[in-house]
Amino acid sequence: MLGVNDDDGVFRALADPTRRHLLDQLFERDGRTLTELESKLEMTRFGVMKHLRVLEDAGLVVTQRQGREKLHYLNAVPIRLIHDRWIDKYTEHRVSALAELKTRLEEPA
Amino acid sequence: MTTMTAQATQIYQVFIKATPEAIWDAITKPEFTSKYFYGVTIDVTPEERRSFQGSELQNTSNVLEFEPPRRLVHSWISYYDPEMAAEEASRVSWEIEPQDGGYSLLTVTHDQLESSPKTAESVSGAGWMMVLSGLKTLLETGEPLAG
Repeated sequence: MLGVNDDDGVFRALADPTRRHLLDQLFERDGRTLTELESKLEMTRFGVMKHLRVLEDAGLVVTQRQGREKLHYLNAVPIRLIHDRWIDKYTEHRVSALAELKTRLEEPA
Repeated sequence: MTTMTAQATQIYQVFIKATPEAIWDAITKPEFTSKYFYGVTIDVTPEERRSFQGSELQNTSNVLEFEPPRRLVHSWISYYDPEMAAEEASRVSWEIEPQDGGYSLLTVTHDQLESSPKTAESVSGAGWMMVLSGLKTLLETGEPLAG
């Protein structure tokens, strides 16, 4: 089971083009089976399963059984948390740095 | 840029460093909900989930399952927009599972959205994520999410 609160796991999961592609596919249409996801990739079923497992461990994909099928859902909350924790912080800083620069440059000498 | 087709079933999951009881209180008690649910005060009883703006009752939805502190299921109508309010009711399920290390896993499933495309679109993306991110921050730090 996923390391709780594990930002590393999320970054690791995102640091792979196939996994990002899988997330993009689920973003386009959620709740897909392995067979559907596999059909868009030039990769063995086993390979796709391994990537999905990494995404699941990072909490980015949640599965639900529906009858015989296992459906994969995108869970973007961990990305949102990284956004709130990391991106917001730095973009805010940059905005205020620019604001400060503007104030300084416009100050009468 | 691909646009997302809003889904009839949406699942959101988050780990929160809090007990199931604390999470249950945060999703059912008015003193907590107003701090992370878009300023709406929500009060949940075994029968009803009532939403207030200030002290004014805005909406009442049916509670379908009420099992503290593990499972809450209620109907959903996006009453705050006339077009969405006219759509059919959908369903929201909150499931809370205790984990190791003082964490709990909260899963919110919003489904039965097949006949409610506008609502589906509106709650997807930032919709539920803002709520869950805010709920996590509130429970872990005692403070509402800034901004």
